[in-house]
Amino acid sequence: MKAVYFAWVRERIGKSEEELDPPPSVATVADLVRWLSDRGEGYAYAFEKPAAIRAALDRVHARPEAEIAGAKEVAFFPPMTGG
Amino acid sequence: MATIRVQREDFDAGAEAAALAQGRADVGAVVSFVGYCRDEGGRLAALELEHYPGMAEAEVARVAEEVERRWPLLGLTAIHRYGRIGPGERIVLVAVAAAHRGEAFAAAEMLMDYLKTRAPFWKRAIRPDGVAEGWVEARHDDDRAAARWEAGGG
Repeated sequence: MKAVYFAWVRERIGKSEEELDPPPSVATVADLVRWLSDRGEGYAYAFEKPAAIRAALDRVHARPEAEIAGAKEVAFFPPMTGG
Repeated sequence: MATIRVQREDFDAGAEAAALAQGRADVGAVVSFVGYCRDEGGRLAALELEHYPGMAEAEVARVAEEVERRWPLLGLTAIHRYGRIGPGERIVLVAVAAAHRGEAFAAAEMLMDYLKTRAPFWKRAIRPDGVAEGWVEARHDDDRAAARWEAGGG
Protein backbone atom coordinates (compact mmCIF):
# COMPACT_ATOMS: atom_id res chain seq x y z
CA MET A 1 0.00 0.00 0.00
CA LYS A 2 1.01 3.58 -0.52
CA ALA A 3 1.53 5.73 2.57
CA VAL A 4 1.37 9.53 2.46
CA TYR A 5 2.33 11.92 5.24
CA PHE A 6 1.44 15.55 5.87
CA ALA A 7 2.53 18.56 7.96
CA TRP A 8 4.75 17.67 10.95
CA VAL A 9 4.23 13.94 10.44
CA ARG A 10 5.84 14.35 7.00
CA GLU A 11 8.66 16.49 8.42
CA ARG A 12 9.46 14.11 11.27
CA ILE A 13 9.48 11.03 9.02
CA GLY A 14 11.46 12.95 6.42
CA LYS A 15 9.45 11.94 3.36
CA SER A 16 6.03 12.69 1.93
CA GLU A 17 5.20 9.21 0.64
CA GLU A 18 6.44 5.65 0.36
CA GLU A 19 5.34 2.09 -0.39
CA LEU A 20 4.60 -0.07 2.66
CA ASP A 21 4.36 -3.84 2.84
CA PRO A 22 3.25 -4.62 6.39
CA PRO A 23 3.03 -8.26 7.56
CA PRO A 24 -0.42 -9.88 7.90
CA SER A 25 -0.35 -9.37 11.67
CA VAL A 26 -0.75 -5.63 11.04
CA ALA A 27 -4.52 -5.48 10.72
CA THR A 28 -5.66 -2.04 11.84
CA VAL A 29 -4.61 1.60 11.58
CA ALA A 30 -3.38 1.41 15.19
CA ASP A 31 -1.32 -1.72 14.35
CA LEU A 32 0.20 0.14 11.43
CA VAL A 33 1.15 3.07 13.67
CA ARG A 34 2.91 0.67 16.08
CA TRP A 35 4.65 -1.12 13.19
CA LEU A 36 5.81 2.15 11.62
CA SER A 37 7.05 3.45 14.98
CA ASP A 38 9.70 0.70 14.98
CA ARG A 39 11.12 1.71 11.60
CA GLY A 40 13.46 4.35 12.92
CA GLU A 41 13.94 7.51 14.91
CA GLY A 42 11.89 9.77 12.62
CA TYR A 43 8.94 7.39 12.68
CA ALA A 44 9.16 6.97 16.44
CA TYR A 45 9.15 10.76 16.83
CA ALA A 46 6.23 11.22 14.40
CA PHE A 47 4.12 8.61 16.17
CA GLU A 48 5.28 9.23 19.77
CA LYS A 49 1.77 10.32 20.75
CA PRO A 50 -0.64 8.10 18.81
CA ALA A 51 -3.62 10.12 20.11
CA ALA A 52 -2.27 13.19 18.28
CA ILE A 53 -2.26 11.38 14.92
CA ARG A 54 -5.14 11.29 12.46
CA ALA A 55 -5.39 8.77 9.64
CA ALA A 56 -7.26 8.28 6.40
CA LEU A 57 -7.78 5.14 4.31
CA ASP A 58 -8.27 5.75 0.61
CA ARG A 59 -8.85 9.45 1.35
CA VAL A 60 -11.57 8.97 3.96
CA HIS A 61 -10.97 9.63 7.68
CA ALA A 62 -10.33 6.38 9.54
CA ARG A 63 -10.30 5.55 13.26
CA PRO A 64 -7.43 3.63 14.91
CA GLU A 65 -9.48 0.41 14.98
CA ALA A 66 -10.26 0.57 11.23
CA GLU A 67 -9.07 -2.48 9.25
CA ILE A 68 -6.44 -1.67 6.63
CA ALA A 69 -7.06 -4.76 4.46
CA GLY A 70 -7.84 -3.75 0.88
CA ALA A 71 -6.82 -0.10 1.30
CA LYS A 72 -4.60 1.24 -1.49
CA GLU A 73 -3.58 4.45 0.27
CA VAL A 74 -3.12 5.24 3.93
CA ALA A 75 -2.43 8.78 5.15
CA PHE A 76 -1.13 10.03 8.49
CA PHE A 77 -1.34 13.64 9.59
CA PRO A 78 -1.89 15.91 12.61
CA PRO A 79 -5.36 17.16 13.60
CA MET A 80 -6.63 19.50 10.88
CA THR A 81 -6.15 23.27 11.22
CA GLY A 82 -7.80 24.65 8.11
CA GLY A 83 -10.60 27.17 7.89
CA MET B 1 -26.03 21.35 -6.04
CA ALA B 2 -22.98 22.21 -3.98
CA THR B 3 -20.05 24.08 -5.50
CA ILE B 4 -16.78 22.92 -3.93
CA ARG B 5 -13.37 24.32 -4.84
CA VAL B 6 -9.91 23.83 -3.40
CA GLN B 7 -7.53 26.27 -5.04
CA ARG B 8 -4.40 28.35 -4.67
CA GLU B 9 -5.98 31.49 -6.17
CA ASP B 10 -8.07 34.09 -4.38
CA PHE B 11 -11.83 34.23 -4.92
CA ASP B 12 -14.50 36.94 -5.22
CA ALA B 13 -16.59 36.45 -2.09
CA GLY B 14 -19.32 38.88 -3.12
CA ALA B 15 -19.75 37.31 -6.54
CA GLU B 16 -19.87 33.81 -5.07
CA ALA B 17 -22.60 34.78 -2.58
CA ALA B 18 -24.58 36.69 -5.21
CA ALA B 19 -24.44 33.73 -7.60
CA LEU B 20 -26.43 31.62 -5.13
CA ALA B 21 -29.48 33.86 -5.50
CA GLN B 22 -28.96 34.84 -9.14
CA GLY B 23 -31.98 34.15 -11.31
CA ARG B 24 -33.96 32.45 -8.53
CA ALA B 25 -37.26 33.46 -6.97
CA ASP B 26 -37.25 30.91 -4.11
CA VAL B 27 -34.16 32.11 -2.21
CA GLY B 28 -35.02 34.27 0.79
CA ALA B 29 -31.65 34.24 2.53
CA VAL B 30 -27.97 33.97 1.63
CA VAL B 31 -25.45 33.75 4.46
CA SER B 32 -21.74 33.84 3.68
CA PHE B 33 -18.67 33.63 5.87
CA VAL B 34 -15.13 34.57 4.84
CA GLY B 35 -12.14 33.53 6.94
CA TYR B 36 -9.09 35.83 6.70
CA CYS B 37 -5.44 35.50 7.64
CA ARG B 38 -4.58 37.67 10.70
CA ASP B 39 -1.15 39.14 11.44
CA GLU B 40 -1.39 38.21 15.16
CA GLY B 41 -0.30 41.66 16.27
CA GLY B 42 2.65 41.77 13.86
CA ARG B 43 4.04 38.35 14.81
CA LEU B 44 2.87 36.67 11.61
CA ALA B 45 4.03 37.52 8.08
CA ALA B 46 2.06 34.77 6.33
CA LEU B 47 0.40 31.41 6.69
CA GLU B 48 1.52 28.44 4.63
CA LEU B 49 -1.42 26.13 4.10
CA GLU B 50 -0.63 22.52 3.26
CA HIS B 51 -3.41 20.25 2.06
CA TYR B 52 -4.01 16.63 1.04
CA PRO B 53 -4.70 17.08 -2.68
CA GLY B 54 -6.49 13.79 -3.20
CA MET B 55 -8.72 14.16 -0.16
CA ALA B 56 -9.39 17.84 0.54
CA GLU B 57 -12.03 18.39 -2.11
CA ALA B 58 -13.70 15.02 -1.41
CA GLU B 59 -13.87 15.69 2.32
CA VAL B 60 -15.28 19.19 1.85
CA ALA B 61 -17.91 17.63 -0.44
CA ARG B 62 -18.77 15.02 2.21
CA VAL B 63 -19.16 17.77 4.82
CA ALA B 64 -21.35 19.75 2.41
CA GLU B 65 -23.56 16.69 1.87
CA GLU B 66 -24.08 16.32 5.61
CA VAL B 67 -25.00 19.97 5.96
CA GLU B 68 -27.42 19.67 3.05
CA ARG B 69 -29.05 16.63 4.66
CA ARG B 70 -29.51 18.58 7.88
CA TRP B 71 -30.91 21.85 6.51
CA PRO B 72 -33.29 22.59 3.62
CA LEU B 73 -30.83 24.50 1.44
CA LEU B 74 -31.24 25.96 -2.02
CA GLY B 75 -27.52 26.29 -2.68
CA LEU B 76 -24.12 25.84 -1.08
CA THR B 77 -20.63 27.04 -2.01
CA ALA B 78 -17.41 26.22 -0.18
CA ILE B 79 -13.98 27.41 -1.32
CA HIS B 80 -10.76 26.72 0.56
CA ARG B 81 -7.37 28.04 -0.49
CA TYR B 82 -3.93 26.50 0.03
CA GLY B 83 -0.39 27.79 -0.37
CA ARG B 84 1.05 31.00 1.04
CA ILE B 85 -1.56 33.48 2.31
CA GLY B 86 -0.68 36.86 3.83
CA PRO B 87 -2.46 38.95 6.49
CA GLY B 88 -5.67 40.45 5.16
CA GLU B 89 -6.02 37.78 2.49
CA ARG B 90 -8.98 35.43 2.26
CA ILE B 91 -8.50 31.78 3.25
CA VAL B 92 -11.95 30.24 3.12
CA LEU B 93 -15.49 31.00 2.01
CA VAL B 94 -18.71 29.24 2.88
CA ALA B 95 -22.00 30.54 1.50
CA VAL B 96 -25.43 28.97 1.66
CA ALA B 97 -28.83 29.90 0.27
CA ALA B 98 -32.15 28.96 1.84
CA ALA B 99 -35.74 30.15 1.98
CA HIS B 100 -35.30 31.58 5.48
CA ARG B 101 -32.46 33.10 7.47
CA GLY B 102 -32.60 30.63 10.37
CA GLU B 103 -31.49 27.60 8.38
CA ALA B 104 -29.06 29.71 6.35
CA PHE B 105 -27.22 31.00 9.44
CA ALA B 106 -27.19 27.56 11.06
CA ALA B 107 -26.06 25.74 7.92
CA ALA B 108 -23.21 28.20 7.30
CA GLU B 109 -22.00 27.80 10.86
CA MET B 110 -22.22 23.99 10.81
CA LEU B 111 -20.39 23.89 7.48
CA MET B 112 -17.59 26.07 8.84
CA ASP B 113 -17.33 24.15 12.13
CA TYR B 114 -17.05 20.86 10.25
CA LEU B 115 -14.55 22.21 7.72
CA LYS B 116 -12.23 23.30 10.52
CA THR B 117 -12.09 19.88 12.13
CA ARG B 118 -12.41 17.57 9.11
CA ALA B 119 -11.03 19.14 5.93
CA PRO B 120 -7.38 18.02 5.52
CA PHE B 121 -5.58 21.39 5.67
CA TRP B 122 -2.72 22.35 7.99
CA LYS B 123 -1.50 25.88 8.73
CA ARG B 124 2.06 26.86 9.40
CA ALA B 125 2.92 30.34 10.63
CA ILE B 126 5.73 32.26 8.89
CA ARG B 127 7.36 34.97 11.04
CA PRO B 128 8.26 38.45 9.73
CA ASP B 129 11.95 37.38 9.54
CA GLY B 130 10.92 34.63 7.13
CA VAL B 131 11.42 31.75 9.56
CA ALA B 132 8.72 29.09 9.67
CA GLU B 133 7.49 29.20 13.24
CA GLY B 134 5.87 25.79 13.34
CA TRP B 135 2.51 24.21 12.78
CA VAL B 136 -0.61 25.80 14.16
CA GLU B 137 -2.11 23.53 16.80
CA ALA B 138 -5.68 22.32 16.58
CA ARG B 139 -7.96 24.01 19.11
CA HIS B 140 -10.26 22.13 21.48
CA ASP B 141 -12.78 24.93 20.97
CA ASP B 142 -13.04 23.92 17.32
CA ASP B 143 -13.72 20.28 18.28
CA ARG B 144 -16.41 21.41 20.71
CA ALA B 145 -17.97 23.70 18.10
CA ALA B 146 -18.16 20.80 15.63
CA ALA B 147 -19.41 18.30 18.23
CA ARG B 148 -22.46 20.35 19.16
CA TRP B 149 -24.00 19.62 15.73
CA GLU B 150 -23.71 15.89 16.32
CA ALA B 151 -25.93 15.83 19.39
CA GLY B 152 -28.74 17.17 17.25
CA GLY B 153 -28.34 20.61 18.76
CA GLY B 154 -27.46 23.88 17.15
